[in-house]
Amino acid sequence: MSKVRVLVGTHKGAFVLTSDGKREKWDVSGPHFAGWEIYHLKGSPADPNRLYASQTSGWFGQIIQRSSDGGKTWETPGGGLKPTPGGMPTGESNKFAYDTSAATGKPLTTHQWYDGTQHPWEFKRVWHLEPSLTDPDTVYAGVEDAALFRTTDGATSWQEIAGLRGHGTGPKWQPGAGGLGLHTIILDPSNPQRIFIAISAAGAFRTDDGGATWRPINRGLRSEHIPDPTAETGHCVHHVAMHPKRPGVLFMQKHWDVMRSDDAGDQWREVSGNLPTDFGFVIDVHAHEPETIYVVPIKSDSEHFPIEGKLRVYRSRSGGNEWEPLTKGLPQNDCYVNVLRDAMAVDTLDSCGVYFGTTGGQVYASSDAGDNWSPIVSNLPAVFSVEVQTLQ
Amino acid sequence: MIQVVLPAHLRTLAHVGSEISIEVKGPVTQRSVLDAIESTYPMLRGTIRDHATHQRRPMVRFFVCEEDISHDSPDATLPDAVAAGAEPFFIVGAIAGG
Repeated sequence: MSKVRVLVGTHKGAFVLTSDGKREKWDVSGPHFAGWEIYHLKGSPADPNRLYASQTSGWFGQIIQRSSDGGKTWETPGGGLKPTPGGMPTGESNKFAYDTSAATGKPLTTHQWYDGTQHPWEFKRVWHLEPSLTDPDTVYAGVEDAALFRTTDGATSWQEIAGLRGHGTGPKWQPGAGGLGLHTIILDPSNPQRIFIAISAAGAFRTDDGGATWRPINRGLRSEHIPDPTAETGHCVHHVAMHPKRPGVLFMQKHWDVMRSDDAGDQWREVSGNLPTDFGFVIDVHAHEPETIYVVPIKSDSEHFPIEGKLRVYRSRSGGNEWEPLTKGLPQNDCYVNVLRDAMAVDTLDSCGVYFGTTGGQVYASSDAGDNWSPIVSNLPAVFSVEVQTLQ
Repeated sequence: MIQVVLPAHLRTLAHVGSEISIEVKGPVTQRSVLDAIESTYPMLRGTIRDHATHQRRPMVRFFVCEEDISHDSPDATLPDAVAAGAEPFFIVGAIAGG
């Protein structure tokens, strides 16, 4: 019998929600790491019991946690009291040191600050963890200030993939309102050399050689809030989604505008269509229908809540442009929560489940592709991220 | 042995109680105490001071003998009472909202 495990990162801890394939009754485990901000946690596709979590605090900085039993117990890799084989524990699982070597060709030490001056890169936190599709010990980390790191030893140590910052536009990147974060990492299942990433506020980037070289993929984006609305970089991309069986097709929720690319990001076109507002954070794709996509429209960049106090998921079955509101089971009055960029996910059961979390602490689930919704939990701390594992 | 009092979140992380005992070889200073803590409890590296620069994290404070020594030189000798284990070395998370 299939099971579903929902991994929820919140402002004050992590929660693991599990159910059988019916998705009617849920077991709630947590808070794990109570009191800490959990920006993101995600399971390895190669070993579903291997989970990684980004645990952060304004006081004590970054911690990386790892579980090998599906979230029942956790450890800080390499940070234990017992010596690891070959030497003492290193305690460096939370060490994200920017590459300053000549290996990048032109190491960068600054990006653009809010006042237009150049500012040194300073590590703040890990926003997103993306486990490898094939190796449980390999994970990519998107961090603030924006950079991409990789571990190949189960998060015991991390190395920057420096080509991203080294490709030339880094000095033009500048922080979005939430910081200069690398928040989206998409691994192409058909091509191990291809990775997509996105940064607020720099835009989307792609490598076709495993991370050695990168290029911006922002052609077609238009952002009125930057001096050159069609600039190569500087766009506030909020999230990007891809269906694993159609890796050339990408969907993007930008600061404003919902976008689509049919050529792996070489060119984008707007598919906001009849959405009531095209501002938002999340975007995701149905597990079995590559042209069915979901967004949660948010009123504006200063009013981070749904229009008219009605929490509505919008679904397009045509890959954009034509959208329908999904409201059954969702609050349709006095609802002023937000849904953050990593807080939507889908399962892969026959009847696709869709899940999202809110800053009001609700995690909503639909077991019928969005037609009907119900809350799994209603009173968690503000939800930062939602990931789903479908377990056999 | 030096007695060290950790803030609650770091106790959880290190799987210890409120007070730990550590051995410091040579002069007892902020730096030598923190070196000993991090050597014994590697999971605390980076949580009290920066991995690379060893600068104290901004919202962490060090108290001994009812004095805030956060801004003292990391190589200044700590009071005899701390070195003798009679008074603990307090590591404190600054009081701030969040």
